[in-house]
Parts: sequence; structure tokens; C-alpha cells
Amino acid sequence: MRKIAILGIGQTSVDEHWDKSLREIGGEAAFAAMQDAGADKVDALFVGNMLAPLIDGQNQLGTFFSDWIGLWHREAIKIEAACGSGAAAFRAGLMAVASGDIESALVVGVEKMTDKAGHDVTAALATAADADYEVEQGVSFVGLNALVMQRYMFEFGWRHTDFAPFSINAHANAMHNPFARLHEKITVERFEKSSMVATPINLLDASPIGDGAAAAVIVPAEKVASMPGRPRVVVAASASATDTIAVHSRKDPLFLSAAYDSAKRCYEMANVEPKDIAVFELHDAFSIMTALSLEACGFAERGKGVRLGLDNEITPAGRVPICTRGGLKARGHPVGATGMYQIVEVAQQLRGECGKTQVDGAKIGMAQNIGGSGASIITHILKAE
Amino acid sequence: MEIPRHWRLKQQRYSLVGEVCPHCDNKIFPPRDVCPNCGGEAKELYAFSGKGEVYSYTTIYEAPSGFDTSAPYTVALVKLEEGPMVTAQLTDLDNTPVEIGMPVEMVTRKMRNDGDERGIIVYGYKFRRRT
Repeated sequence: MRKIAILGIGQTSVDEHWDKSLREIGGEAAFAAMQDAGADKVDALFVGNMLAPLIDGQNQLGTFFSDWIGLWHREAIKIEAACGSGAAAFRAGLMAVASGDIESALVVGVEKMTDKAGHDVTAALATAADADYEVEQGVSFVGLNALVMQRYMFEFGWRHTDFAPFSINAHANAMHNPFARLHEKITVERFEKSSMVATPINLLDASPIGDGAAAAVIVPAEKVASMPGRPRVVVAASASATDTIAVHSRKDPLFLSAAYDSAKRCYEMANVEPKDIAVFELHDAFSIMTALSLEACGFAERGKGVRLGLDNEITPAGRVPICTRGGLKARGHPVGATGMYQIVEVAQQLRGECGKTQVDGAKIGMAQNIGGSGASIITHILKAE
Repeated sequence: MEIPRHWRLKQQRYSLVGEVCPHCDNKIFPPRDVCPNCGGEAKELYAFSGKGEVYSYTTIYEAPSGFDTSAPYTVALVKLEEGPMVTAQLTDLDNTPVEIGMPVEMVTRKMRNDGDERGIIVYGYKFRRRT
């Protein structure tokens, strides 16, 4: 397999883009990435998306976007792994270029969620879970995470308020990201008083949905020179793993085994350890997922992920910087696009483009995208050279 | 409306019928073709007692479409006596607090209307406090 570099990145703001269609949002990020790469053509297009068939009535997103972007006659395909679709598409593009079959690929993660009412979106998101045995019981996607969080608090003795630093850090970092969905600082008091969605998860534990797209152009690393002031960003590792589709089928519902498996494989491939990771863009769809991700990836012992937030270790100046551009919590969670936002944001950190939330001297970063309630997890490690 | 699907799931929904692995005696719910314990083929039916305890629970305030009129309602992960865990609503709570470890038993209840008011009424398992 060939070493791959990220030649260009692009993103739209995550927002309620009433004035823009699915086409226009995806196109905007794609064109931005192509321009950043200085490329006018690529060999293939990979699209990450979860909800377009359910919310926008649109399938065939490969051709849909290659047509819109002007990449006619090329290979183009959509990859779906629920909320993990973005990173799954990135990995598919990566494999195609790394194998030598094609010389360049454009990967776009895109989601247009605000064309339907809230309860319809809630039902669409629930398709990530087991339709016959979870969704049919009336459990929402938030509800599944709430079941995990309630048990976690019971087993390890944490209070709800102990999760506040995760959301506070994400909101503080998003203040400096012009592409973020939410630009408002929050406090412990607000975190505690926020309205309940599914006990114990309230609105400030949960990431907001939104419309958005993020994209990257990837090519063989040998074709990219490191320029002064802009290091070459290469993909040092990529791995994907799965767990059972339903939470109730897991041997241990409080352990993200697919996060553990994919991260472990990435550490081996990149020959690094957790302590070498300068920035970790994890999948904080809910505050509980932050704790479980930190534990499964070796940054905290089991049941102690919450401690990293309380000890102030997760800020850009801390030992384990996470959600440096706002994370899912405050940058927003346009589900099928999220994995590509994470890749773009880690690339921004490695290029040193993050201003007030820049992690000093960041050379190695990790992005981890979760599909379903831990069912499908894709991890990437990027390196600056 | 998804009539064949409701019909297909009737044994599970009305009688909590899962499977027992002929190789390792592992009890399985929901039914699946491969035993998660030993990896062997598992297709032998097994009716669960319906008794278990609450492993975790949540009260849902923002419900998916189809369940809006029921909110708020409480969903639990119920650990069945025979081993497996099942996701199900708790019912007949009468505003008494739910606790992890609370003993529960399966009952048959209305789940929702599939479609509008003329749609079929879907029945299935819920769990209530066991005394």
C-alpha cells in the first residue's frame, strides 16, 4: 500500500442552511477542497452520507454529486455507516488510492438534516439502531446513549454534573471556529439546568444536528512536497471495526470494543502510543461517548474517562486535547459529514491553522468517527511531515 | 404499514421466543443464526420466562415519530434471568421511581399505531415491576 497525503481540505459551516440544498452544501465543501488542493480533476469521488434517502428523498449520491461538481464519467459512490459514514468514505477513498488503482480521490461527507421536522429526524437517526428490537420499543438514538450513561453513572459513581467539562470545553473551543454551529460559552450552571431529552441526557450533553459538508482531496504522498509554513499531512494509519448493532447484545455495554480495536490497530500501524497523540478529535455525540472513547482508546482507565475533564486535561493546552474545533457538541453533528469534519480539523491542527485553539507543536493527531451507539467505529491517525 | 413484518415478529413480541444454542446451551434473545457465545449454528427455539431485572433505564421526553403521543415514557435494558438483555418499555409504574436492579416481568401491551388511526395496532412486550 502506498503512503497517502491530504492535498486539500474544505468545509461549509454547520448550520440551518434553509437557503441551500443538499447539492449546494456538498458542492461548496468539495470545491473548497479542490481549490485548497490546487486540483481541477480527481480520479474518483467517495461520498459519506447517512440520511439523504430518508430526509431528502435522494439516493445515488455518488453520481448525484459527481454530476453537480462536474466530475463526469468517473467512479463515484456513496458509503454509509450511520454517523460513521464520513470516516468510512474517507477510508474507502484511501484504500482506492493507496492500492494504486487510482491516483487521486475526492472524499465528501455531507448531510442536509433541516428539511424535515424534529421527530422525523429523530426517527431517521434511529435507523442506525436495530429496527426490530430497539427502535420498535420506542427508544430514540439519544435514549440508547442515555441507557449507557445511566448505567455508567451507577457503576462508577459519577454525577451528571461531572460530565460538564466535556461540553464546556467543546463550546469554548467552538468560539474560535467560524465553521461551528454554536458560538456560545456555557457554564456548569447552564449545563445542569438544560432541558431533559432522555434521562440523564439533557440538551447540553447532546450534540446539535445541522446541515454541513466537509471534504478532502487525497493523493499518493510522493506527489506532495512539504512547503515552508505548510507541512505535508499524511495518513499514518486507518482502521475500522464493528460491535453488535444493538446495545443490548454487547457483552459489556459500557465498553466501546470497536473503538478499542480500531485505535489499537492504528497505534500499531503508525507505531505510536496514546501519549504521542497531540490532538484527538473524538465522537462526542453525547457526553457519555466522550468518556467511553477516552477509555477505549487508552487515555483513561475504565470508568475514569470523566476524570480527564474534571482535571482540565482536555483543553488545547492540556495533556489530551479533544474537540479542539468544538467537537460534535458545538461544531455540530451533521451526521454523515461529521467524520470528514474531524479529518479536516485534525489536518488544520497539523498545519497549524487553528489560531486560539491551536495545540502547540501538534505533529500527530487522531480522528475517530462512530456509527450507531458504538456499532461501527473508524479511526485515523494523521501526521505532519 | 408493515403488516408482514409485524406478523413475522409475533412469536418474539407476544411470547418472548428466542433460541437456545444446541452446542453450548447459551440462551439467545433476540433470535439470531449464530450463537454469540460459541459461534455455532443456533436455530432451536426457546421460550423465555419473561422474568428479569433492570440493568439500566431512561425516560424519553423527545420521542421518535410514531411514539410522540406516548412521551414521556421509560425504556429499560432488562437483564433476563436466562442471561440475555432486552430493550423494552417499562409499564404500570404509577409514578413510582425506577431503580437499577428492580425485578421486572414481561407483559403484553399496546406499542403504537402503525399508520394513522385506521392503521393496525401493534402489540408487544413491555415489563412491569415484579413483587
